[in-house]
Amino acid sequence: MEEEKNLGVVVSGSLNKGLEVKLDAATSVEDISVGSYVTIEGGKRRFFGMITDISLEATDNQIIHSPPDISNPLIAEVIAGTATYGKLHILPTLTIGGGATEILEGPQPVKSLPGHFSPVRRASPRDIELVFGKEDEKQFWVGTPLDMETKICLNLAEFVKRSNGVFGKSGTGKTFLTRLLLIGILQKRQAVSLVFDMHNEYGWEGGSEKGYKVKGLKQLFPSQVAIFSLDEEGSKRRRVSTDFIVRIGYDEIEPEDIQLLCQTLNLTDASVQAAYQLAHEFGDRQWLETTLSIKDKEETKELLSRLNIHESTYRNLRRGLEMLRRLPFLVPKSPDNPVQRILEYLDRGINVILEFGRYEDFTAYILVANLLTRRIHAQYRERKERALGEDTTPPRPLVITIEEAHRFLNPQLSNQTIFGIIAREMRKYNVTLLTVDQRPSGIDAEVMSQLGTKITCLLDNEQDIDSVLSGASGKSELKTVLSRLETKQQALVFGHAVPMPVPIKVREYGTDYRQFGQVDLSAVVSEAQQSQEAEDLWAD
Amino acid sequence: MDLTVEATKIGEVIEASTGKFTAQCYQLNQAPPLGSLVKVGSMPSEIFAVVYNIENHSLELGRRPIARGESEETEEGIFRANPQLSKLLCTDFNALVLGHRQADDIAHWLPPKPAYIHNFVYTCSSDEVRDFTQSLHFLSLLVAANLPTPVEEITAACLRYSSQAHDDPHAFLVKAGKELATLLSGDLKRLNSILKKL
Repeated sequence: MEEEKNLGVVVSGSLNKGLEVKLDAATSVEDISVGSYVTIEGGKRRFFGMITDISLEATDNQIIHSPPDISNPLIAEVIAGTATYGKLHILPTLTIGGGATEILEGPQPVKSLPGHFSPVRRASPRDIELVFGKEDEKQFWVGTPLDMETKICLNLAEFVKRSNGVFGKSGTGKTFLTRLLLIGILQKRQAVSLVFDMHNEYGWEGGSEKGYKVKGLKQLFPSQVAIFSLDEEGSKRRRVSTDFIVRIGYDEIEPEDIQLLCQTLNLTDASVQAAYQLAHEFGDRQWLETTLSIKDKEETKELLSRLNIHESTYRNLRRGLEMLRRLPFLVPKSPDNPVQRILEYLDRGINVILEFGRYEDFTAYILVANLLTRRIHAQYRERKERALGEDTTPPRPLVITIEEAHRFLNPQLSNQTIFGIIAREMRKYNVTLLTVDQRPSGIDAEVMSQLGTKITCLLDNEQDIDSVLSGASGKSELKTVLSRLETKQQALVFGHAVPMPVPIKVREYGTDYRQFGQVDLSAVVSEAQQSQEAEDLWAD
Repeated sequence: MDLTVEATKIGEVIEASTGKFTAQCYQLNQAPPLGSLVKVGSMPSEIFAVVYNIENHSLELGRRPIARGESEETEEGIFRANPQLSKLLCTDFNALVLGHRQADDIAHWLPPKPAYIHNFVYTCSSDEVRDFTQSLHFLSLLVAANLPTPVEEITAACLRYSSQAHDDPHAFLVKAGKELATLLSGDLKRLNSILKKL
């Protein structure tokens, strides 16, 4: 294989602050980009790192004050790399090869430094493969390094073990990235997914900013994905074949749900307390229906005085509840149990995508996502505990995808919502979150710190960047990389599922689906279905 | 004078020290050009040096030449009319020692012994110039020298002259320039003045 040429030599540095590398005269500083990978050939082992900064240096400050005449090509050529030179800042992250541990266990976190004047090369595709692994049943190809055509893989087995986050400004490709991750989870069969699809982008088809439509999961993997919808008519209009129409009964709504909605419904604290009182009075399953059915003024008055609720508080609560009542998917009595149906699908290894149709407002999203997740989590918890007690197989790992995560996980609510609990307790009960958000600074710091793997597209708000990178080693270096990402199709991945922080060019999605078609479906799908699916994919 | 394919005998050493020597040319006005490489002695012990100063003067130090050509049409006419002149005037040049041949290798440091008086002095052939300047370590001796003529001039002249012996003169000059940039990293003025003359 072709050996990559030397970029320069290590001249100084520290483990904490990274290495300084003097660029060889033959390498133009313009050919170097932040975020590229390099290997450093130490005396005993090889080090793997990332370029995090580039600077221009001069041996003598005199040259800065009286620059040489570079219109003379000879002078320009002589000065470059000698009196003036480029310097790279490299964050060493791993050691590869060399020691016995590295040979046995692969790349290890860096604990020493290469010596002075160790040569630095661009990482070869083989090095990248050695570090990030090959695509296999656990490793999912998510993208390529920024300046190479090698595959960078995410260890999905590790990925689904913890809650994860996808962040990025609006329009940076969060949805495409998330869709890709969901396909990965589905293909590698490391977990089943439940997606709360606020904008109907994951299930049937999504749109790109360029205006073309891209296929959703159901179109690619019809036998492994079920679409649940809150909005039957909307789904019909969009010609989406839905598997189940979700209706939620009043009896399913508990005062905790109202508490979560206090911001979106504009409820006061007193009104939330009143909801609890009413639930206590009428019972958890009947309170909403009963409260909404009270019309008589006298009756109301009597109830309020009995429960010692102020009238304005009641009016505030009642107005909020009326807003809920106007949601068409809320019915006094649900014909079916959506939680049970979702669990049935998940148990069969089928991923569920819940489309919100036209109910794109936060009231519906927060209410439904929270309500369903709470019950599903309770079921998982029970099953997991039973599995521990009886030594049977635990339930299949579940990844719940939520958008606009800061609405659920902000510091005020994260202690109350089920999502906060899931994010904190990690995979104890085999349920983890995939949070998608554009405003990570709005998410509780405690929750952020528990996220295993973070994948972040471009962010330009200082607070958001700080929040995403909090706790990451080499934070200031990563900050440079993060703020230099392009607005589209580039992301920084760091955390549990990758051996080192890695900026990637996200894999293409939406033009050629065949690459996603080579999947082993034999575990759940019959051969006939398989060939049908393959045909569908190849037909495009 | 351009590089020659063959080494040519041009004079003899008349004064020598470890780092420098003075040679007298056999022919008046036929000194090797400033900055050119000359060698002293014969294989296997040769000393290489760069010409840094050339003087044309009267053989007798106390006797100054006088102007003679008022009635002559050409300068050559003076010598035709006074044939003794070419025996009374002479050309000397000074050379700075840059290295020597040790066994078969060229060493870019001072020889253990200086040149002998009456050692023959030869111009270097283009092959010898190329071999000697293959490595640029001689530059450190050159730029550190304390000479009556400006060292920057000599260095630039030497590099211009040597570059003709290489297949890619530009690449040679760039390589040499980079070596100089390292040697003179603390003195960019000198570096600049050399580079401008290349």
